[in-house]
Amino acid sequence: MNSLLRLAGTRLFYGIITLVVVSIVIFFAVELLPGDVAQQILGRDATPETLAALRERLGLNDPAILRYLSWLRGIVQGDLGASLVTGQPIGDLVIGRLGNTLFLAAFAAIVAIPLALFLGVMAALYRDTWFDRTINTVTLAAISLPEFFIAYILVLFFSIGFSFQMSGPLAVIAAFVLLALLRGILQARKTGETSGIQLVIAAVFLLILLNGYFRFLPLTTEPMRVLPSLSRMSEDTDFGERIFNSILPMLTLVLVTTAYTMRMTRANIVNILAAPYIEMATLKGVPPARIIFWHALPNAWAPIINVVALTLAYLITGVVVVEAVFVYPGLGQLLVDSVAKRDITMVQACCLIFAAAYVLLNMMADVFAIATNPRLLHPK
Amino acid sequence: MAEPILLEMRGVKIEGQTGPDWLPIIKGVDLTLRKGEVLGLIGESGAGKSTLGLAAMGYKRGGCRISGGSIKFDGQELVGATRNDLRALRGRRIAYVAQSAAASFNPAHNLIDQFSEGPMIHGLADRSTSQAEAVALYDAVQLPEPRTIGFRYPHQVSGGQLQRAMTAMAMACKPDLIVFDEPTTALDVTTQIEVLAAIRKAVSELGTAAIYITHDLAVVAQMADRIMVLRYGNLVEEADTRRMLSAPQEAYTKSLWSVRTFEATPKPASDPAPLLQVENVTAAYGDLTVLHDISTKVQTGRTVAVVGESGSGKSTLARAITGLLPPKQGRIVMDGKALAPDFRRRGKDDLRAIQMIYQIPDTALNPRQTVAQILARPARFFTGLSGKALQDRVDDLLALIDLEPGVFRSRLPGELSGGQKQRIGIARALAAEPRLIICDEVTSALDQLVAEGILRLLDRLQQELDLSYLFITHDLATVRAVADSVVVMQYGKVVEDGPKAQVFSPPHDPYTELLLSSVPDMDPDWLTRTLEARG
Repeated sequence: MNSLLRLAGTRLFYGIITLVVVSIVIFFAVELLPGDVAQQILGRDATPETLAALRERLGLNDPAILRYLSWLRGIVQGDLGASLVTGQPIGDLVIGRLGNTLFLAAFAAIVAIPLALFLGVMAALYRDTWFDRTINTVTLAAISLPEFFIAYILVLFFSIGFSFQMSGPLAVIAAFVLLALLRGILQARKTGETSGIQLVIAAVFLLILLNGYFRFLPLTTEPMRVLPSLSRMSEDTDFGERIFNSILPMLTLVLVTTAYTMRMTRANIVNILAAPYIEMATLKGVPPARIIFWHALPNAWAPIINVVALTLAYLITGVVVVEAVFVYPGLGQLLVDSVAKRDITMVQACCLIFAAAYVLLNMMADVFAIATNPRLLHPK
Repeated sequence: MAEPILLEMRGVKIEGQTGPDWLPIIKGVDLTLRKGEVLGLIGESGAGKSTLGLAAMGYKRGGCRISGGSIKFDGQELVGATRNDLRALRGRRIAYVAQSAAASFNPAHNLIDQFSEGPMIHGLADRSTSQAEAVALYDAVQLPEPRTIGFRYPHQVSGGQLQRAMTAMAMACKPDLIVFDEPTTALDVTTQIEVLAAIRKAVSELGTAAIYITHDLAVVAQMADRIMVLRYGNLVEEADTRRMLSAPQEAYTKSLWSVRTFEATPKPASDPAPLLQVENVTAAYGDLTVLHDISTKVQTGRTVAVVGESGSGKSTLARAITGLLPPKQGRIVMDGKALAPDFRRRGKDDLRAIQMIYQIPDTALNPRQTVAQILARPARFFTGLSGKALQDRVDDLLALIDLEPGVFRSRLPGELSGGQKQRIGIARALAAEPRLIICDEVTSALDQLVAEGILRLLDRLQQELDLSYLFITHDLATVRAVADSVVVMQYGKVVEDGPKAQVFSPPHDPYTELLLSSVPDMDPDWLTRTLEARG
């Protein structure tokens, strides 16, 4: 246990070093932008006199390194500075947005991670059966679709609702799925195990694709205005409404992340199934499910934890696009807005928070992954 | 022979998939095993021993299929049996002991949980009952601290102990048949004898039948009532152990038996000047000192064998001599001149004088380079040859190791057998025209017949090229065959150092005595006798 604490300590130390390096990159990357903060604030009102006065007041005449150090000191003391646009303290603005982002990430993670682990284990257990192949094909297709595209498809199905012919949008989806399938089939060809399932699914999607042009299938749907396409949220939105409003962004994130996590889980377990101790278990008459859960899974935790941590990090830092599509009031949306308004201090703060989340999650993954190693849990 | 038949295989054929083709591994073998009988399966690697042993459990490895014949266990047909039927038999009535216990124990669970798993899933005992049985069996296989050792994890237990724990685990359900698949091959001789004794005692007390798979004749002689010799998936010969050892019928069996008769060409009685002197060398990995004050020497044209068990520092000595691990203290003297401790500071002539041949030829050759490329590189680097002269040199090297240049020049390592790969390793060392070759366990990964060919080749090259060898090995039979003088190492120290005749004849140092007496003899009574002698 002692060695584990020491390990966590060293990782924490390296994590902080990483964050300091990231803060340097963020600060000086913004420095490189043309114009300075004073010009941004004054905009068209800038006269040489007002500029000089403002620069003096903001301390912009100091060397960059001094300004960086004072920015860093502020962060260490919990002061992220003030927004250039509104003049409000950034900390107050960010905290609510960060809460929303974490809420959405948690919501998506609670659905996606158990689902992905379950599907991954099942696919490993029933590997090379129709179940495994179908799951693999579907998830491969989900990975291949860009997230904004998934988001709009979901909006199309669940919020806008429409009664005209769906052949066109469906054909576009089919095109993406076909591309993904083609990759899978080519891979299978190489190893000499082309599966019938893949070919059947490919044929179905080819049909849908062709239907986009020839319209031989009358695909229509009733209007389904069941879910909101805009995730409105304010301080006094109650929990139920928050959940309801964020179902579509959550679904998008689930579709994007489940595929990857599930495939990595399956791959890691299948990898371990080749180990001699698995053959030994088989020869002891251990049933397949117990082999997976008792023999394979405990040895697969380390890589799986890493995948889960990457997924969580993605759910927090990678939501920019999804938040933008659903106008979800999260940190990503704030970042996009701040970039548009040239609110440089806000951009710096958001980037630093994202980096911190990423570093923290990866660090935790490292520690947990090592903690599941029996060699460390039970030293000689 | 009054015992009823337990296992009966008739015309068993097993095929393995290579790309789109199915190639035969077992080509129609008959096998009969009676209750309580121990059958030895021997043969070289690739003979199909393990495949046949696993087939006795109705099991085939991935990419294999049983394509014909019948396997009857206690009257029940296993070929085509349902998975549930097979699962009910495995572990319960037929158990398996694998070659590498370290790899075959699950690292995530302790020993006793893995022991109890069998009895619990087969519904024979609850956890506490089966843990009590585990302690009794751990005691029976002579594990230290039988009460508590089960609560350790595999990485907390030594290799020899793990192998005994695995034997105990196989006996957990009191099976009728245990398949032992090379259970002592990965162990040192002194550990092997303990494991052999534990297995034999446990098997005879339980009255279980066993199939004992090994490539080591002396080991099988101790364990088996009857021996079957396999080659290329065919049965070569089958007989009772004593008759098989005293009067083998088939030419192939006789050739297996005669391997251990090889002796290197006797050297002239003169005492040549030392080529290499190791003077008071101490070397360490970080804080861990592995070599303590080692001194020895190698004479021109002679072979020095370095013996010891794993962890004794043999390979580290090689690393210190070659400069891969610069010694902390002491020096390496070649031809009266001290070499730089670090190989990076040695000149080209110093480097070429000492070459190495490695234990595992599969990993010592670049799989993407042809034989010609592998040999041309050191030849060009050390002797500056190029163009036609370089090509000729490569052909000469191949001829020197008895491989036809026209056939082998353009082959990749993947297209060579294990023995051929090791020959290429030798040729690569020769390409530098060295004075001293360090052979690090060069025959350990090879079958006995192939290994003998390599030893003969090395002996001939020594005569022709006046080479010196530093021969690192844990196999005393090899030492007897090749060495002029012997260095015995233990815990990084030299225990004994002298001419072979002196080291191998009494009085011995106690450790040398233990090593020598642990090497199995072909005599079936050897194990009994040795154990009695040790009390």
